[in-house]
Parts: sequence; structure tokens; C-alpha cells
Amino acid sequence: MWLLLKYTLLYAAVLTLVALGGMFSERSGVINIALEGIMVIGGLMGVVAINIMNALGVPVFLGILAAMLASALAGLIYSSLLAFSAINLKADQTIGGTALNLLATALATVIAKRINGSDSPKIIYSTNSNALLNSSHFSFNVGPLTLNWFLVITVAVLAAAWFILYRSRFGMRLMACGEHPQAADSVGINVYKMRWAGVLMSGILGGIGGMAYIVPAVGEWNFEMGVAGMGFLALAVMIFGQWKPLNIAGAALFFAVFRAMANIYDSFGFLARLGWPKEIYNMMPFVASMIVLAFTSKSSRAPKAEGIPYDKGSR
Amino acid sequence: MEKKHNGPRLSGASGGFGTLLASLVCILSGMIVGFVVLLVLGGITMSQNGEEFNFLTLLKTTWEQGFKPIVQGGFYSKSNAMGMAVRMEILQAAPLIMTGLSVAFAYKTGLFNIGAAGQYTVGAFLALYFAIVLKMPWWVCLIASALGGAIWGAIPGIFKAFLNVNEVITAIMFNWIGLYAVNTLIYQGGTGPMFNLKTTKTFTLKESAPQALLPSFNVNVGGKPYFGKMFMPSIGIFLAIAVAVIIWVIINKTTFGYELKACGHNKNAAKYAGINEKRNIVLSMTIAGALAGLGAGLFYLSGSKEWEPLVSTALPATGFNGISVALLASSNPIGCIFSAVFISHITVGGGFMTAKLFPSEVSDIISGVVIYLCAFSLLFKGRIMKLFTRKPNRKGDKA
Repeated sequence: MWLLLKYTLLYAAVLTLVALGGMFSERSGVINIALEGIMVIGGLMGVVAINIMNALGVPVFLGILAAMLASALAGLIYSSLLAFSAINLKADQTIGGTALNLLATALATVIAKRINGSDSPKIIYSTNSNALLNSSHFSFNVGPLTLNWFLVITVAVLAAAWFILYRSRFGMRLMACGEHPQAADSVGINVYKMRWAGVLMSGILGGIGGMAYIVPAVGEWNFEMGVAGMGFLALAVMIFGQWKPLNIAGAALFFAVFRAMANIYDSFGFLARLGWPKEIYNMMPFVASMIVLAFTSKSSRAPKAEGIPYDKGSR
Repeated sequence: MEKKHNGPRLSGASGGFGTLLASLVCILSGMIVGFVVLLVLGGITMSQNGEEFNFLTLLKTTWEQGFKPIVQGGFYSKSNAMGMAVRMEILQAAPLIMTGLSVAFAYKTGLFNIGAAGQYTVGAFLALYFAIVLKMPWWVCLIASALGGAIWGAIPGIFKAFLNVNEVITAIMFNWIGLYAVNTLIYQGGTGPMFNLKTTKTFTLKESAPQALLPSFNVNVGGKPYFGKMFMPSIGIFLAIAVAVIIWVIINKTTFGYELKACGHNKNAAKYAGINEKRNIVLSMTIAGALAGLGAGLFYLSGSKEWEPLVSTALPATGFNGISVALLASSNPIGCIFSAVFISHITVGGGFMTAKLFPSEVSDIISGVVIYLCAFSLLFKGRIMKLFTRKPNRKGDKA
């Protein structure tokens, strides 16, 4: 039971981080389907940074911090590609995002293979030789429950996101750009700047989210499979959460339970006795998200101007 | 007053020349990015080996072992013994044409079919099931594969039309559901009727279901058959081209095609004109799915590759490359044939690079860059057309 809770919280943290990123982007009016790709790039850079920090012999705390910053920075840079095409070039946001997803997996595979100097796209980061930054350093214990640092970050980000969105001038302006950019522009808000800010925030959160997904749970990662649809699940979480921070956190918890089951079903009495193959559990979060969306989407209200490139000249 | 719509921005036959130029610019830029990536990879290797940095040597290595195979594709002489590589290129082009058509067809109705990968997966499963388990002839298997794709394509259509869920989200979710379902059904803990424990793949059609193999063909070059006896390509490519022509006719010459395009351009206007827009959304996605599924049938019934349920943890690239194919072709069905051959060309060529220096995924990077550029190719189009029309305009100004 504690194990289920541990993994649920772990994945809930990932989904919340990434979905909050998506929220900032879509609230500003840019559909961010590239979250998956941003996670891949962020995760890759985080993992690479861990290995570098380890080789340099940096103290554990600093090493972890540096790796997190690296993943956030990587996400930020990668998301700027989306911002550039969607905001400045007024490209189709869905297609641009899809391109970035495909590009991210290809890039990550090439980089991973090149680092290994072989045909293996796996990067290993918590072997014995890498004991310094072993994945256990990412977690701490509260009684019988193992929590990881990303959860702490997530709670902080969640609180900040709520405050920024509803209680700051920036948040109000951001939402205005996603609802009615022309109106926002008419009162002197720079729509392009606000949208850039929204997308870049999603890049930072997506990048950290990618690392949070990969590092604490396992000791090696096969970059050929990207992040196996986690970014898309975060999108579903965002929609189910109605583009609102607290709802998103709730939705993330709900989906995380299903995702966590894939990790621990065989150590779970009655689930193990069912004898279902792992694939069924892998499938579950996606099936759950479709069922939920089918029932809630009729009444869902996305930011009104999302997906429509803003052109100062048009009315 | 011209209002910008957010529908299919790349549709329409107007300015065909500009569209072609824009596509060529996308391809060229993609290739340049690919070359730069190869240069960087080569440079890293040189410095790792402690060699003295020499730009000429680097250029030579990159060209010989990396870029030349990509440019020459299946015709890369070192790998093309008895037409083997050209055959591979032809075999891969057929499903790419189909997934490209799938994306293009949905695009005409203003829908983005990102689910071609899942529809392709389900199509592959049904094709193999009908072939290996039910021992059906190849044409029945092809119909089955199209049916599987159609079902998987209809789902996002139904969700979009009746439940207001964005087709992109549904398609993505069902991509993964399809992949996991197919892997489970084929593997079944090692007991699946199609699963060969020795090879950990599905049984080869050659030994278990020769009746389901697509017929193959050969061509004579200089009085000699070009393909070796073992390496004859299947007729899948001709079927794909035929389907492309049919789709072109449907879109451009029938009332149904007109209705689909009307829905894509302006949903509300189409509704007002008495077009059943919900029915058209579902139909369009169903047909798009069938096309992608059929593509899988054409590929897996060629007998050159089996499904590997244990290592297929990622969605088939053919599905996503269909997006590049469709975008490069500006959703023109006939154009899809050519852009599919191009994507197949660089993918096959990518596999021939010296793997230690240059991972084959560099060709995926190229096609990713191409899609990224295609997303704003309309802008290119305008700029390029300006380049061609500017001169006469200036003369006009002077006069």
C-alpha cells in the first residue's frame, strides 16, 4: 500500500508539473502539444547533467540542483522553438508541436547513442560507479513512506502557479491574451511577449517534469521510447483539470493512481492474482483519460483564443 | 475583410507552383540541418579519437560515411547488392504513401490525424491475424487491415463529432491503447497463436502463410532482372499509387469530397448549406483510418518484416512520418506519392550510415525538421512567390 502511495505521488508530481506548464502555455493562447518532446529533452539533459556532475565529483546537493537547472534550461530552450514558430511565424500550433515531439525523440536517441558510443539508446545513471548521485538521493523517508524532492518542488510550484495566475497582474494579463488577445492588445498588453512567457514557462516546467519522471523511478532510461506518452497524459490532465491549478493537481492524482499500478501490480495481492499482463496496466491511464474526457468535455471550456495565431493587423 | 480561419492552411490547389517550391525549400533546409548534425557528430568522434582537427578530413568522412548514404538512399552501392536496398525503399514507400494519404485526407476536413500510427498498428495486427491464424488469401488480409484501421480511425471521429473531444487528444490516447493492446494480443505471455517463441517475433509469412504474401514483381534493367530472386519487391507500391489516384478523384471530383472540403474550410457555413457535418467528420476519420491500416497491410504482407511484440515499445514511425509525407505534399494525394518516396529514401539511406559514427535516427531528425518547417511553409510560400514576382513589379513602378 505504501508502495502504491509512493508511486502515485511520484507520478502525480510529474503530471502536475507538466500539466501546469501546459496550463500557462494554453492560458496565453498557445496549444502546447510539444510537452512530450519537452519532457524528453529535459529528461535527457537532466540525466546527462547527473552523469557529468558525478564525474566532476560535485557534492550531492549541488549536483542535484545543477541537474534540475539543466533540465529546466533544456526545456526552456526547446520550448522556444515552439514559441518562435507559433507566435512569430504564426504556424499551425498542433503541427509545430508534433514536429517538436518527433524531433525530440530522434535527437535524444542520437545523443544517447553517441554518448554510449554504441548502438544502445539507453543511458544508465545509477549504477554502482555512480553511487554519488544514486537515485536514492532524490528521496527521503517520512515514516514508512518514501517521498522524493520533486514532490516538494511540485507543491511549491502549485502554490506559486495559483498565486501567479489568480493574484498577480502577470497572470491576469496572461489569461486575457488567451481569451481575447485583441482586447488585451487594445489596453496596451504586448500579446506576443505574454505568449512567449507562457510557452517558456511550460518549457521550464516540462523540462523539470521530464527529469522528475525519469530519474527517481528507475536507474536507466531507453530514450528511443521518449517518455512513453506521459506528456500527452499531462495534456489530458490539464483538460480534465479545466486549465485551473488546483483542479489540475486533483486530476493528476487521479491519473497517477492508474499509472502507478503498472509499476507495482505484481507486488499487490489481488492484482497479481488476476494475472493480467503488464500491457493492460500500461494501457489503463490512457483508457481512463478517454472515459473521463468523454464525460466531461461537453461542458469543458478551453481558453477561447487558444490555437489561433495572433496577428496585430487582423481584426 | 478577410478573416483568417484556423482550418487546413495547406489545402487548396491555388499556387501549386509556389507550394512545390515551398516543399522543396523545406526539404533542402531539412537536409542542411541533417548535414550539420552529421558534421557535429563526426567532429566529436574525431576529437574523441585524438585526431588533429582538419576540416577537410571531417567533410570527407561525413560525406563518405554519413551524408552520401542518406542522399543515395536505396541506391547506395555498397548495400544494394541484387537490388536489396532499392527493394527496401520500395517496400517502405508503399505504407508511407498510405499513412500520408491518411493524414492528408483528414486534413481536407480540417482534422489533424495524428493517430495514423495507432491505426497502422491495429491494421498490422488484423492483417497478420487473418494471414497467420485464419490462413486467408492476401486480398482478404488487406481488407481486414483496412477495416482495423477504419475502426481505430472512427473512434476519434465519433469522440469529436458527438462528445466534443479534440481529435488530436483522442487519437494520441488511442495510439498507445492500440499499441499495448496489439502487443498483448500477439504475445499473450508467449502463447499467442501468431507468436514464434524462437524468434520472439510473429511467424514469418513465408513459412506459415505463403498464401497471404502479396505477389511480387521484377524489372529488367539492361536485359537482366534488376532484383535478385530473393529480393523481389511486392506489388504494394502499385496498389498504394492506385489508392492515391482514387483518393484524388474522391476529393476533387465527387460531391462527397466537396462536402468534406467545405466542412474543413468553414464548419458553420457547411452546416448552414445543409451538409451533415457530424457525419462527415466521422466518415472522414474512418476513411483516413482505413488508409493507414491498409498501409500496414501492404507492408506486413510483403513478408520482409515481422511484428516484434516484446521490443515494440514505441509507436511505428511510419505513422508519424505520414504527417511529413502529407505536409510535404500540401495534402495533395498525388504529391503524397513523391514525398513518401523521398521520406523512404532518406530513412533507408539513414540505415546505411556507419552506425558507430552516425546513428540512423539522423534521418528522423531530418524529417522532424521538415515537418517543423512545413508548419509555417505558407509563410515561405509568400516569400518565395515574392522573389519571383518582385522584378516585374519594380519595372512596373519605374514605368
